[in-house]
Amino acid sequence: MEKLTRVSTISGRTMFCHLDAPANAISVCRDATQVVVAGRNIFKIYGLEEDGFVERLNLRVGRKPSLNFSCADVMWHQMEENLLATAATNGAVVMWNLARPCRNKQEQLFTEHKRTVNKVCFHPTEVNMLLSGSQDGFMKCFDLRKKESVSTFSGQSESVRDVQFSIKDYFTFAASFENGNVQLWDIRRPDRYERMFTAHTGPVFCCDWHPEDRGWLATGGRDKMVKVWDMSTSRVKEIYCVQTIASVARVKWRPERRYHLATCSMMVDHNIYVWDVRRPFIPFATFEEHKDVTTGIVWRHQHDPYYLLSGSKDSTLYQHMFKDASRPVDRANPEGLCFGLFGDLAFAAKESLMSAPPSVGDVGRKTYPGGDRRYPIFFFKKPDVTEQFEQVSSALSVFESEAGSSVGMDWFINTAQSYLLSGKPFGELCEHNAQVAKRLNRPQESTTWTMLRIMFSEPANPSLSSNHNLNKSGNLPLVNSFSMKEMSAALSERNKENRQDNLHSLETNLNNNDENEETEGSEGQAEYLFGDAELDDDDLYSMEHDNQAAEEPEYLLPQEAFPLRHEIIDHPSAPEPVQERPESPHVSGSETESTCLTSTESFSLISVSQLLFSPHLPPKFFCPIVKEMLCYYAEQGDVQMAVSVLIVLGDRIRKEIDELTQEHWYMSYIDLLQRFELWNVSNEVIKLSTCGAIMCLNQTSTTLHINCSNCKRPMSNKGWICDRCHQCASVCAVCHHVVKGLFVWCQGCSHGGHLEHVMEWLKHSKHCPAGCGHLCEYT
Amino acid sequence: MIYNIKTHINFIGLYCQNVFFIFMTNVLLVPQEKGMKMSRHISTGPSSFIPENEVILNFFFQRLFSSMPLNDSTVMFLDEEFSGRMDNLTQVMGLHPHYLQAFLRCHYYLLRMDGPLPLHYRHYIAIMAAARHQCSTLVCQHVQEFEQIGVCSDWLRGLEFCPQRLRNLNEINKILAHRPWLITKQHIQALVKTGEHSWSLAELVHAVVLLAHFHALASFVFGSGVNPDPEVTEVNGVTDDICPPAMAGLCTCHLTNSNQGNRNPLRNPDTGSELEALMERMKRLLEEREDDDASEEEMFTRFEKEKKESLLVVSAGFDEEVVPPSPVARFVDDPSFGYQDFARHGEDNPPTFKAQDYTWEDHGFSLVNRLYSDIGHLLDDKFRTACDLTYYNMASHEGVDTSMLRRALFNYVHCMYGIRYDDYDYGEVNQLLERNLKVYIKTVTCYPERTTRRMYESYWHQFRHSEKVHVNLLLMEARMQAELLYALRAITHYMT
Repeated sequence: MEKLTRVSTISGRTMFCHLDAPANAISVCRDATQVVVAGRNIFKIYGLEEDGFVERLNLRVGRKPSLNFSCADVMWHQMEENLLATAATNGAVVMWNLARPCRNKQEQLFTEHKRTVNKVCFHPTEVNMLLSGSQDGFMKCFDLRKKESVSTFSGQSESVRDVQFSIKDYFTFAASFENGNVQLWDIRRPDRYERMFTAHTGPVFCCDWHPEDRGWLATGGRDKMVKVWDMSTSRVKEIYCVQTIASVARVKWRPERRYHLATCSMMVDHNIYVWDVRRPFIPFATFEEHKDVTTGIVWRHQHDPYYLLSGSKDSTLYQHMFKDASRPVDRANPEGLCFGLFGDLAFAAKESLMSAPPSVGDVGRKTYPGGDRRYPIFFFKKPDVTEQFEQVSSALSVFESEAGSSVGMDWFINTAQSYLLSGKPFGELCEHNAQVAKRLNRPQESTTWTMLRIMFSEPANPSLSSNHNLNKSGNLPLVNSFSMKEMSAALSERNKENRQDNLHSLETNLNNNDENEETEGSEGQAEYLFGDAELDDDDLYSMEHDNQAAEEPEYLLPQEAFPLRHEIIDHPSAPEPVQERPESPHVSGSETESTCLTSTESFSLISVSQLLFSPHLPPKFFCPIVKEMLCYYAEQGDVQMAVSVLIVLGDRIRKEIDELTQEHWYMSYIDLLQRFELWNVSNEVIKLSTCGAIMCLNQTSTTLHINCSNCKRPMSNKGWICDRCHQCASVCAVCHHVVKGLFVWCQGCSHGGHLEHVMEWLKHSKHCPAGCGHLCEYT
Repeated sequence: MIYNIKTHINFIGLYCQNVFFIFMTNVLLVPQEKGMKMSRHISTGPSSFIPENEVILNFFFQRLFSSMPLNDSTVMFLDEEFSGRMDNLTQVMGLHPHYLQAFLRCHYYLLRMDGPLPLHYRHYIAIMAAARHQCSTLVCQHVQEFEQIGVCSDWLRGLEFCPQRLRNLNEINKILAHRPWLITKQHIQALVKTGEHSWSLAELVHAVVLLAHFHALASFVFGSGVNPDPEVTEVNGVTDDICPPAMAGLCTCHLTNSNQGNRNPLRNPDTGSELEALMERMKRLLEEREDDDASEEEMFTRFEKEKKESLLVVSAGFDEEVVPPSPVARFVDDPSFGYQDFARHGEDNPPTFKAQDYTWEDHGFSLVNRLYSDIGHLLDDKFRTACDLTYYNMASHEGVDTSMLRRALFNYVHCMYGIRYDDYDYGEVNQLLERNLKVYIKTVTCYPERTTRRMYESYWHQFRHSEKVHVNLLLMEARMQAELLYALRAITHYMT
């Protein structure tokens, strides 16, 4: 045998062959030329040729194959190349000898296990020693020269999933169990394990000793983890841990690569991964050929790291070449970005990128290292990795938002608290909410509210005529919006011209409107143009100032210093693009969205269409637009606006939007509110919602158990009288009458009574009205 | 803030009947006497099979605190559970507090805790599942719960009033309830394929677990003759017409009527030796095991024989039973679809499910836990507790290893469902389970609605009631696991 040249003679390519049945396990012979495949309905030996698998032998013989052929595991003897062992699902351990002259190669049968045998393992150096682990909780050691086991190791009726002889220590073997434990045994001492530790939660499906490192054991479990343990110290220590995406069925160290191991999963995931345990987040290499779960993996030769064999439930046997593996790291994104709840931003990237000079001059780049906003910077260097890895050190920066700046979520909290959703006439609600939005510097939302009021209020509504801005422009908004919708497409060309005209000729109030729109219209929001009706002169002037002084670097709007926020928070004032193109601000606005109407249109239309339409359009007419608007807001992430409008509009719009979407919005908004601990607001929203699924949120956890105050037994029936002691249970401690209605009680001494009585009492006294001596407090 | 404004007493009263279902309570534990409001029922107590004093709480607590080695947390847990009124089901199950704990955790996780399905869906699915076995006890209970959620109450008028999405579940509901081996990946595909009424995989898994859970629970309810809860029938509105007093007592009346006059007829003179014979057989089997080298073929035939024999084990007279028009029927679609034997004579039988190829521990758990987090652990815990539960007692004998008997029961149920364990000798079933017991097992697992008190009394005369409840627990878990295995295997096939 050409022992020394063996490694170099292995050659081949990625190849596969079809089996007749799903495989459960595979094993190779020592010289890496043959592989045995075993399963419930298959037991064959294949030869590994240069360009394919060749079936050498079918061991499954007999007219009606017995269950002894139904293999859960198989192992080829590493010393004696004619010997094989299989573990059968019926509890038998079978020895096969290929040298037998007849067709039936079965040499020996051990039927000592009472349940399925999960694993068999030959001793790496002792020719005649075989170990088995079974579901019945026993491990047995067989001497191949004898008819029965020489020693039995008891796992205290916990099922054994895997047994492995240590490669370096002659007497040691490891066993993994269904309850998550791993035990180390000395083969000479069957009475008690040497060591035991809990490796995983749930079953440990597999374990594998490191071929070189004496004390290293890798285990894989149902909890989706692969762990590497160091046994050489007095306490077993977890040194590496890899988190995979599915329960780990097999784990095998890669030959000649100290830190590599291959895994495959039990369920759902069909790939084989090779991990570098030092980099547990992303597989080193992946083989993606199988179409069903991989059940057996084995490195073709114990000194060759480039060939991996695998069998699978999809009835194929593969030889994978390492050079054909896919390398997920090549496709991984090396940068990470994440927002915190309060507007903080974390950003991680390669150091080389991070230290790029901040000379770009962009407002946003200022915040890179050297910028004043940078809060802490963490340098995170990986420990030395082998030559195969590029040295990467990344930097993580955390940008903190300034307190009170609009970058944070303060606006959200403020808005949530100050919006009115019910309790007033529709017009007033809108008016109020518009004011709130404006106060918080959110003109777009403000305008939306105003517009909604205009759309859905009765024309005779006094609140409409109270709007002096409308009078100023001398135009009925209803007509405006209508005509704009109808004609916007057709007039878009003319708009531009008109626009230019306006820009140049109009100097006064009209122009103010115009400029204002110019500043903010780049958001492309259809409803936005109505803002002109609502903005105060002051506002308009200031905006105009901004726009005219576009070249000047200082801004009053804080969010500009932080353009990264733009995509995330829907803030209406977005002057940046406008500044870049001060010459043609509207083109982008009106071209990008056909529904985008600019105020210019309305002005241009005044002359054309003012009297063409009746001012009494049914509110229903606007529903499609409003619906679109709500969806827009929701999509922008401002679900608050969508839900608030939904509630305020109520039946006017509800029918238009399908139930599921509404429910989704409600859920998201409520979730947000609860994260900000705005319990009252969230409850109000739940109460006002009309979706069944939302309303039932309020029905959960509403039960309160009470004990009778006399007999101290639980009150089980309705009413005020305890059914055991037949006395009134809840008596006011102040007036000694039964409390029907609001009942308040002290959580300290559990006395209480009528709300008003207790309040009254505690104004004068600090002590409990019942005289128990407790110092009650009412807040 | 020490003072806390609290609510209207009436409001509390309304929920008090539901008190037992709430975890968070800090009321003191006060054991409650039973039987104050039972006037309506023919037999009192939690079960119509078991004498009331066997289940009574004193007994239970005595047992709980004296003989059971429970840790503190368990006691705490039970304290919380029972500070209010317990329902009958819990009381009967309470004969095995260890198990009860695992059961309740799982039960409430399924119905109350975070999960893919909204609360009212869960109860509706529970209703649908229980209705398949005409289990009015469970149906009423969940109709009531459904009402308390307070939405979509018109669904309770019947299946045609609930959304199409839920109605789509009918198909797998009926298959799982009666012939789970027929479920295929096509069924899953039909539910999951994109469309207006599609289910997400996570929702589907939740629904499947709920279905299996309530099918099995129906088995338990009938198998141990759990009486309907008195309070449940007292609610107003829709429930009233679903569970009129007479109806609510249906299973009770039905069961007691069927064996009037022979309440203790089966005390044969030779029953005294029955127990000894069983013990003897167990001992013999244990010894034989060592030298019983039955050939593969024989093992196979033994399984086939058990399977075939389970066909013959039929309670007579039910062949073409017409389902009585009951109010529960409104939640049942295709009521004629019932149990059919897995192995039928002269037909193409579906292939046997090889237990080792798709086990709960390896495959089922991973899948279910992946799609519906944490439920795997709870179910795992429940299965384990049920399978490992033992008091080392058999009737009057103590210190007996009952594992062989338990395994026989568990595997016999799986055998009827066509699930085969390679490493089990089905000859043991034949040795250990007498015919009356087999009739009972088959009835309880396959068509529990036909269980009668006579069946319950006809086996194991000398055993305690708590031991028979133990048998029921095993049957219930075995059945649930079988259903789950078939359903999850279909889902796995769909996913690959």
